[in-house]
Amino acid sequence: MTYAGAATAGLARAMEEDPSVIALGEDVGRGGIFGQYRGLAERFGERRIIDTPISEATIVGTAVGMALTGLKPVVEMRVIDFAMCAMDEIINQAAKNRFMFGGQGRVPAVIRMPNGIWTASAAQHSQSLEAWFAHVPGLVVLAPATPQDNYSMLRAALACGDPVAYFEHKELWTFEGEVDTGVEVPIGKARHLREGKDLTLVSWSKAVHWSAEAAETLAGEGIGVDLIDLRTIWPWDRDAVLESAARTGRVLIAHEAIQVAGFGAEIAATVAEQGGARVARCGGPRIPVGYSPGLEVQARLAPGRIVEAARRLLG
Amino acid sequence: MQKVASGQENEEGRDGTASAGGDGLAQPGPEVLRALYRTMCRIRAFEDAAEEASRGGVAAFGQAAGGQASVRGPLHLSTGQEAVATGVCAHLEAADWLTSTHRGHGHTLAKGANLERMMHELFGKATGFCGGKGGSMHIADFSVGMLGANGVVGAGIPIAVGAAHSMAIQGRDAIAVTFFGDGALNRGPLAESLNWAAAFRLPVLFVCEDNQWSATTKTATMSAGGGAAARAVGYGVPAMSVDGMDVVAVWQRAGALIERIRAGQGPQLLHAKTYRFKGHVSVDPAAYRDPAELAAALEGDPLARARGVLHRAGIAEADIDAVMREAREEVAAALVSAAAAPWPDAAVAFEDIQDTGSGRWQN
Repeated sequence: MTYAGAATAGLARAMEEDPSVIALGEDVGRGGIFGQYRGLAERFGERRIIDTPISEATIVGTAVGMALTGLKPVVEMRVIDFAMCAMDEIINQAAKNRFMFGGQGRVPAVIRMPNGIWTASAAQHSQSLEAWFAHVPGLVVLAPATPQDNYSMLRAALACGDPVAYFEHKELWTFEGEVDTGVEVPIGKARHLREGKDLTLVSWSKAVHWSAEAAETLAGEGIGVDLIDLRTIWPWDRDAVLESAARTGRVLIAHEAIQVAGFGAEIAATVAEQGGARVARCGGPRIPVGYSPGLEVQARLAPGRIVEAARRLLG
Repeated sequence: MQKVASGQENEEGRDGTASAGGDGLAQPGPEVLRALYRTMCRIRAFEDAAEEASRGGVAAFGQAAGGQASVRGPLHLSTGQEAVATGVCAHLEAADWLTSTHRGHGHTLAKGANLERMMHELFGKATGFCGGKGGSMHIADFSVGMLGANGVVGAGIPIAVGAAHSMAIQGRDAIAVTFFGDGALNRGPLAESLNWAAAFRLPVLFVCEDNQWSATTKTATMSAGGGAAARAVGYGVPAMSVDGMDVVAVWQRAGALIERIRAGQGPQLLHAKTYRFKGHVSVDPAAYRDPAELAAALEGDPLARARGVLHRAGIAEADIDAVMREAREEVAAALVSAAAAPWPDAAVAFEDIQDTGSGRWQN
């Protein structure tokens, strides 16, 4: 099953099980621009798969109103970059509602914001902004890397009852993988991909796949990588990372987001404060993503860069 | 849900402003008049007391915060605007939804929220609506469908539209009402929400409570076009304009619009022209506006006008006086109980944030 198909299946199952689950966003009635809603409008009708005007602020704003009055909206932002038009609604309204009004309301909304570099789409369609949302109390932040996790975590997001910033990756939609519909993935639990004694490598979203490649290369050099797919950015699995760090003594965090003030900084600082393992980060340079191939590649993470960062940390 | 955007004419009166009497609108009987006046008095009494309790409570407009005030931080008073909240909310049931603005005490009271608990919230006490977490700008009483005041101009509008959409999806009969000020006319979410509500033909009433001032800026100097009603009509949302200082006129127009909404005719807008008797916040002396403008507005005090209506309806002077006296007594008692009420426990600062991932997350 593809990453997109897994999301469709996960949402369809949630909609079958719970009539309060609805989805709204631009073009979702025709499957969404990445095909992640394919067939749902035909199956559940336009009352539950709601095509909206291009009005991001009001898409999220109405979702808050829906969530407060008995529905569980899945909110499609198309790409994270367009969610910038709805930041008040996400940050000031959805995230703060419960606290601000003393627990009178809940906003069980899943806000899907496809993240990351999308080839040849340039600066306004290529950002990785998960760290911004991790900074905001009230939000859960998820970033699945595989079809299985996209299936299971979308369902977990809908079940958790909190507003969720849900980051699928713009370039993983066609990624294939096995999906066991019986698997539940708890929020806050990292995925341990590979055992190794020399280095802890923490990653999420598409960068997990580059990290796996890098780990393979390093294994060829006799370097054992303990590879962790964090998959929940908030609340992140500190126990898994710190446990691994205690074994390896070295932690490298690799993410596609710009390295400066990226979520890797939070992990590195926590590891340094808690255990004193040596830490390093490998993220993007602080540049907007350029269009031309030679410019775009400057912003990209790649297995080779992760291998180099690992060698430096071990050296 | 039928997706139809219909362009209808603006239905304001010949002079652009409707007022009570004639034209086939419902006439309120003495009991309705008394109830309307009572709500207005409770709002006025609440605002007056909150204003007094806020002196020295916020550092703004050149004043320092003394730290002694019972009501702290920005306090946005709706004094002078009582007729709008009252005339609209008189037509709502507890099951109907409401979103409000940063100037939301009146709307909240008119929707049926408990006055005493609102005062406790202004005092920051554990017994307030939000347990002291919200204060004046985040007053809410979900138990009566009041989904919150809002610290961000225009932000309540799409939330109400969403509540209306939710009712349509769930096949429930309740409607939603959203109050916003003239300052919100120039925010994007209003434009998006008018279009959205019309496109989905949702059961929502937009109420532009036009007090003519956007904080310290005269709204007219910053706003193009024909105002709230003209903009609504541009989106296919039928609109009426009304003298927002005349509670009977507001009650009549709001009633007519809400009747249409309940009959499935889709979103409507009421443009109520009113006036903010106080500054932007309670400590703002509003030195930027012409005193003559305020004086003229005070001449048309909506409470005085409502008194006149009650008088003409044959309600005795003493009975009318008793309404305000009782409101002030109720507020005085609320001040006493608010002062005596407990502060929130410090642990509450860490509660009701989220189910997954809450906690301090510090070393």
